[in-house]
Amino acid sequence: MKISGAEIFIECLKREGIKHIFGYPGGVILNIFDLLYEDKEIKLILTRHEQGAVHAADGYARSTGKAGVALVTSGPGATNTITGLATASMDSIPIVVFSGQVPTMLIGNDAFQEADIVGISRPCTKYNFLVKDVKDLSKIIREAFYIATSGRPGPVLIDLPKDVTTSKEEFVWPEVKIRSYNPRYEGNKWMITQAAHNIAKSKKAVIVAGGGVILSGGSRELRELAEYTNIPVTMTLMGLGGFPGTHKLSLGMPGMHGTYYANKAIQESDLLVAIGMRFDDRVTGKLDAFATGAKIIHIDIDPTSIRKNVRVDVPIVGDVKKVLTVLNKALKEEVKEQWEEVRKAWLKQINEWKKERPLSYTYSDEVIKPQFVVEKIFELTKGDAIITTEVGQNQMWAAQFYKFDKPRTLLTSGGLGTMGYGFPAAIGAQLAHPNKLVIDIAGDGSIQMNIQELATAVINKLPVKVAILNNRYLGMVRQWQELFFSERYSHTKLDESVPDFVKIAEAYGAVGLRATKPDEVEPLLKEAFKIKRTVFMDFVVDWKEKVFPMVPAGAPIDYMLFEEQKEKSEKKLKAVK
Amino acid sequence: MRHTISLLVENKFGVLSRIASLFSGRGYNIESLSVGETIDPQISVMTIVTSGDDQIIEQITKQLNKLIDVIKVIDMTEFDHVEREMVLIKVAPRQENKAEVLRLAEIFRGRIVDSSQSTYTIEVTGDEKKIEAIVELLKPMGIKEFVRTGKVAIAREGVRKK
Repeated sequence: MKISGAEIFIECLKREGIKHIFGYPGGVILNIFDLLYEDKEIKLILTRHEQGAVHAADGYARSTGKAGVALVTSGPGATNTITGLATASMDSIPIVVFSGQVPTMLIGNDAFQEADIVGISRPCTKYNFLVKDVKDLSKIIREAFYIATSGRPGPVLIDLPKDVTTSKEEFVWPEVKIRSYNPRYEGNKWMITQAAHNIAKSKKAVIVAGGGVILSGGSRELRELAEYTNIPVTMTLMGLGGFPGTHKLSLGMPGMHGTYYANKAIQESDLLVAIGMRFDDRVTGKLDAFATGAKIIHIDIDPTSIRKNVRVDVPIVGDVKKVLTVLNKALKEEVKEQWEEVRKAWLKQINEWKKERPLSYTYSDEVIKPQFVVEKIFELTKGDAIITTEVGQNQMWAAQFYKFDKPRTLLTSGGLGTMGYGFPAAIGAQLAHPNKLVIDIAGDGSIQMNIQELATAVINKLPVKVAILNNRYLGMVRQWQELFFSERYSHTKLDESVPDFVKIAEAYGAVGLRATKPDEVEPLLKEAFKIKRTVFMDFVVDWKEKVFPMVPAGAPIDYMLFEEQKEKSEKKLKAVK
Repeated sequence: MRHTISLLVENKFGVLSRIASLFSGRGYNIESLSVGETIDPQISVMTIVTSGDDQIIEQITKQLNKLIDVIKVIDMTEFDHVEREMVLIKVAPRQENKAEVLRLAEIFRGRIVDSSQSTYTIEVTGDEKKIEAIVELLKPMGIKEFVRTGKVAIAREGVRKK
């Protein structure tokens, strides 16, 4: 029996195990929306902007490890997905976005709501398709999910002309076979043995773990490696949660706003074991001055990541989990070392660095310090929550002061740095984890970039919590202006234009709460976490606060600015025990 | 250093654009590019001439390999290989130079593929040096039009260059 393209679409998604689609309707995609009207198995979550739909699908994917799906119309609906696609592309997140397209006979005619979305999205997707014939539809959908979730994951877009959704065809479910796409999962055995010997020889080794650890599900193997060989671990922004942040071998985050001891350890190391990370400029700082005395072992599934930015002594192309499993075995069987003894001096040195300059801020009992809010959130949730962030100071404070112990508990736009990501991503994550506490740590600037999604959260009864660190500034940019632009605050002061977030929340039917004094923070958080509804928490924080330590852009990563160099204070509270 | 890279790709719409945008998006330069079907009509072969230091060439070949429609990438520079390019040169020599043009065409094993009252069109095939040489010699005779195909390359049967 022949069925329509729209029906084929629904059948394919069911076979892919999709339960939720985030989307927004429009003219040419109506045939599919019509079928979703009554479908029992697939629920469409109507967002209030297509960008929100893609970020929500992304949050869904990051928190579950499965592909997230978005469905939008042609033209502006499709172009609104670009920021979401680019965000997912930079962070290697598996999502599949379906966009409507004008009928095939009109393509290229500048028809109403036509956009060449396949052309526009090409550089920010892993792959994309224009379906020209309904006969190819199911094959393309299957390939899209396969491409999105295999190898180094990434977003895939499928452009669906209207006539393809209405034409009828027999349903087929072909096996995926792409001759030109064969991701490599198994690392080269000889190279892995080399890595093991290098680890054995090193006295001052550091592991730098990135998002690949989480994407491959290799956290357990990483922990085994670190504990067995007694090597300290620093996690990039994307790698936070890939290794327990509270572990004694954890050095926290490296790089521009990383810890002093992580950066010191990297710079002084004789061996870097880079795992599922890509030496982003925010991690390396000045490349010529990066870890100059270290040999580098680089494990990554994407061969283009290797030797892109730094020289590599032992390159291993493969899936992190698989490679680490073999590496751990090799270390145990082939290399006999008294690891405790070998690393003693190194770990002692690192502990001295930790004592010398811990992550810290100056507590005040008059005005709320943003770091204090993040610390309290960690304390009250005991790390058992999914945290999303926006981008800017809020993101860095979340990364520094919340200790992520488990993978997939931090959802943040690392590569692209997308403001407006956190709230819709939290909606996606909450939908996938209805019983988990999901908190977006936001700023007053970035929350306004997708604030319309309050409607989505409220109508779907999603108890997402948004903690707005409200400093009335675009804080991170303001910080740069203060430090590098002679305090000329060009267009970063939001001040009286910042809306009343409590009233906005209430207007949408959510709960709005506000704290202006440090002693109100804990009770407010406790109250918010009890409420089973969407809550906006407006924390009116110290606008002067900056993110420290800080490595100026382009400087070596051990050239760090600290709080006390800029501001003197009496009461200095240690943030981390 | 200059490299000649040979690619086997799926013969589908959009593939050329993916490859071109890989080069433009990452700031690599394409000096010449030629595309044609292989014996299998589903596969095309592309020959791209590009230049860069070892690290850039390594990135280019890796990035090309990463593209989903690319089946195989061969950096010809690593092999003994044969390179050829074809040019069509339309010359409009003065009466007294006509014989010289014909003689030059012959020396370079060129063929006259079209002639008119005032012009000859010469087809020449060869490697870059040969083509540059004939162009230099014909210039004083008055080159009216000039087109070249871009390089194609094929590995010689046998071993990798040492």
